[in-house]
Amino acid sequence: MLDQLISSLTDGLLLGFVYGVAAMGLTLIWGVMSVINLAHGPVIAMGMFGTYLLFTHLGVNPYLAMVPVAGAGLIAGLVIYVIAVHRVINAPHLSSLLATFAVNMIIIGVGTAVFSTSPQNINYSLGSVEVGFLTFPASRLVGAFGAILVTACLYLFLYFTRAGKAIRAVANNRMAAELMGIPSSRVLALSFGLGTMMAAVAGGLIATFFPFTVLSGGPYELKSFVICVLGGLGHPLGALVGGLMLGGLEGLIPTFMPVSWVPVVEFGLFVLVLLVRPSGLFGAK
Amino acid sequence: MALLQVNDIASGYEGVQILWGVNLKLEPGKLTTLVGSNGVGKTTLLKTVMGLMAPINGSVFFQGEDVTNLSAHARANAGMVLVPEGRQLFTEMTIYENLEMGAFSHRARANFKQNLDKVYELFPRLKERTRQKAGTLSGGEQQMVAVGRGLMAEPEVLMLDELSLGLSPLLALTLFEALTRLKKTGLTMLLVEQNVTMALAVSDYAYVLAEGKVHLEGPARELSKNDEVRRTYLGI
Amino acid sequence: MKVWQKPGFWLPLVIVLVWGGAVLLIHQDTMRESAFVLLMAVGLASSLNILLGYTGYVSFGHIVFFGLGGYTGFYLLSEQGWPLFASAIGGGLLSAFIAGLVGLAVLRLRGAYFALATIGINEAARAFVSNFEPYGGATGMFVNFSAYQKYGGPGPALWTTFTFLWITTMVVLVASYLVKHSRFGLGLLAIREDEDAAMVMGVKAPKAKTITYVISAFFPGVIGTLYFFKNGNIEPGDAFQLHMSIEMLVMVMLGGMGTVMGPLVGAVGYQWLRGYLLTSPIFKDLHLAVAGAMLLVIILFVPAGLVGWVRNHVQRLQKVLE
Repeated sequence: MLDQLISSLTDGLLLGFVYGVAAMGLTLIWGVMSVINLAHGPVIAMGMFGTYLLFTHLGVNPYLAMVPVAGAGLIAGLVIYVIAVHRVINAPHLSSLLATFAVNMIIIGVGTAVFSTSPQNINYSLGSVEVGFLTFPASRLVGAFGAILVTACLYLFLYFTRAGKAIRAVANNRMAAELMGIPSSRVLALSFGLGTMMAAVAGGLIATFFPFTVLSGGPYELKSFVICVLGGLGHPLGALVGGLMLGGLEGLIPTFMPVSWVPVVEFGLFVLVLLVRPSGLFGAK
Repeated sequence: MALLQVNDIASGYEGVQILWGVNLKLEPGKLTTLVGSNGVGKTTLLKTVMGLMAPINGSVFFQGEDVTNLSAHARANAGMVLVPEGRQLFTEMTIYENLEMGAFSHRARANFKQNLDKVYELFPRLKERTRQKAGTLSGGEQQMVAVGRGLMAEPEVLMLDELSLGLSPLLALTLFEALTRLKKTGLTMLLVEQNVTMALAVSDYAYVLAEGKVHLEGPARELSKNDEVRRTYLGI
Repeated sequence: MKVWQKPGFWLPLVIVLVWGGAVLLIHQDTMRESAFVLLMAVGLASSLNILLGYTGYVSFGHIVFFGLGGYTGFYLLSEQGWPLFASAIGGGLLSAFIAGLVGLAVLRLRGAYFALATIGINEAARAFVSNFEPYGGATGMFVNFSAYQKYGGPGPALWTTFTFLWITTMVVLVASYLVKHSRFGLGLLAIREDEDAAMVMGVKAPKAKTITYVISAFFPGVIGTLYFFKNGNIEPGDAFQLHMSIEMLVMVMLGGMGTVMGPLVGAVGYQWLRGYLLTSPIFKDLHLAVAGAMLLVIILFVPAGLVGWVRNHVQRLQKVLE
């Protein structure tokens, strides 16, 4: 019983790292420009398919493939920002929600036409790892490692580079940033691009675990909402903690009740945290 | 030639026009002050000059060039720097990072070290707590960071909106003292200040804004003797 | 002037009255089916608009009231043998009750936080119902065949359902007009413009918002019962589709939020467009992408929606298009 619990928890936590990366992109965008990117799920799916195409058709190692996928995610984000988001950045929330949802429809629509909605998978196995009584696919371990790497890079970027500090400055006070000579529109576009880049990378990592379809981003988008709220909306590093919490919950709950109750607990908790502590469980304020 | 010239600026918010044709000139190396009662549009004027608000009419010339259509950040890069009302610090960032952001523009980055030393010399208190988050500072210290951040941008003209608002008289004095020291370095400044007595005392030239226009102007010393100014703004 | 003397009150009502009446007279099954889908869209979009358009609160998961009410009405009808009318009202009341319960808490959240919370509520409700055995769990429920007998078999029952939906849609439009033009509605508009200022002016915002939420939740519950009875079965996947929720928002935006006529125009326009794209040989595969692109254009360039745009540009029509 205990063995099973620990193994299920480990499994959940390893997955939680990757959830964290997906949520980090969403929370970064929210933190900088108060926009909830409803095109987040489809971008995750794009990351899955990008990795898949590079691997299946060009034989690129899937982990290596994530580098160009990240680049494409960044560019996609810049394009989405310029076309759909910039004009509604100061409008009421409904406008940016629906504008990003329109992008969601466009990506899903084109994606369905090109790839149909039949499931694909990346047929690349790293074998499994055994630690004591625990056995899990090595891809999970690599995924968790990748997630930590991405988080560390984001942290270093935001706190130790000029562009990163400019992002934080714009997030903190856009007018003051503009007065200091920071081109705030370009910084917003860059932040949006980084957010979608992380979504694409997360998609790539998830694609090494599970089969996926064009629509597979949706559930991860919803999970990202939950994670962002748990970790504090707008705090990129909180997203990793939130991801681990969600992963942990997903690992633990099935040992106590039927798996189908997992989303009830997740979303119940989500609404509760939003109501009680909208700044997140570890929010400073 | 005037360093900054404001021609016939009309500006306002949606549905409410506040400025109805303001003309203003800043001579290089001079400290100019803008006097006027609350709500007359001093902040609106500064925001329009900086490009944070689009004018309905009129133009802004800086160093002889028309900057009316430039964005605020482009004007900042050209050397026009505003220390805004309410300080508007990056509250989640440290003092050092705030100063760093001040030096964001290309022109300011080259002399980062010297400018930083100058700011620390002007406000030694900031040097003691460079790693502290700006949001946790007292009002006076925040204003020092705001001015310091503005100076880091290596301004050709420094505009200060409500420098002493909400500060104790002692702290206000410290900031005015800093202002006179900056003036000696030959920095061109435009000051908006509710403490008119102090403002006129340190300024070279002054404009009085009323009903959306320049109502009076002249050397600060003369204006401080003007009966109307004394009655309306100095309370004497 | 009394309400019934105003053209803005009558216009949407007469349109729906004539439209539904014509369908009943012509009595053709395919026409009834397409009119059902359209009227349902009008009813749902108008209910959402009562909250969204008049208070500015973006309920992204509004479909939860369609699902919960639909489930409850379906259960009463099929498992408990209640008549259709009573079941539909029962479904509506349950939705209204749930809205009252969560509303007080959730409506404290503003802007995007509220939108996120409503998504969470919808997902939680979907997951809960999937586990709720009296409602059939993950497989849902099928209509007990005896339920049709009361209405003279499945065929006539469908016509009865349509008639109920037609009446409900008209009631929604009346409710929407009355809310907008009452003192209460004035308070809501104040909340939409600036909630804090409205509170200072004496608008009891929490109470007013909750009442509005309850009203806008009641009708989807009624409509849900009618829809699932017509379909003959209900399951969690159909009842809580976030996608449908967003379609409702799109319809309101397309027509013009905060107007009575807007959701009617938006719902019909959206469904027509969808139908056209789905059957057009050129756009068939890309219908979702094309619809998305059109939505984007509307959001970016015509944020007031069609009715709002006309109202802003043609002064004379302002009295007619409320």
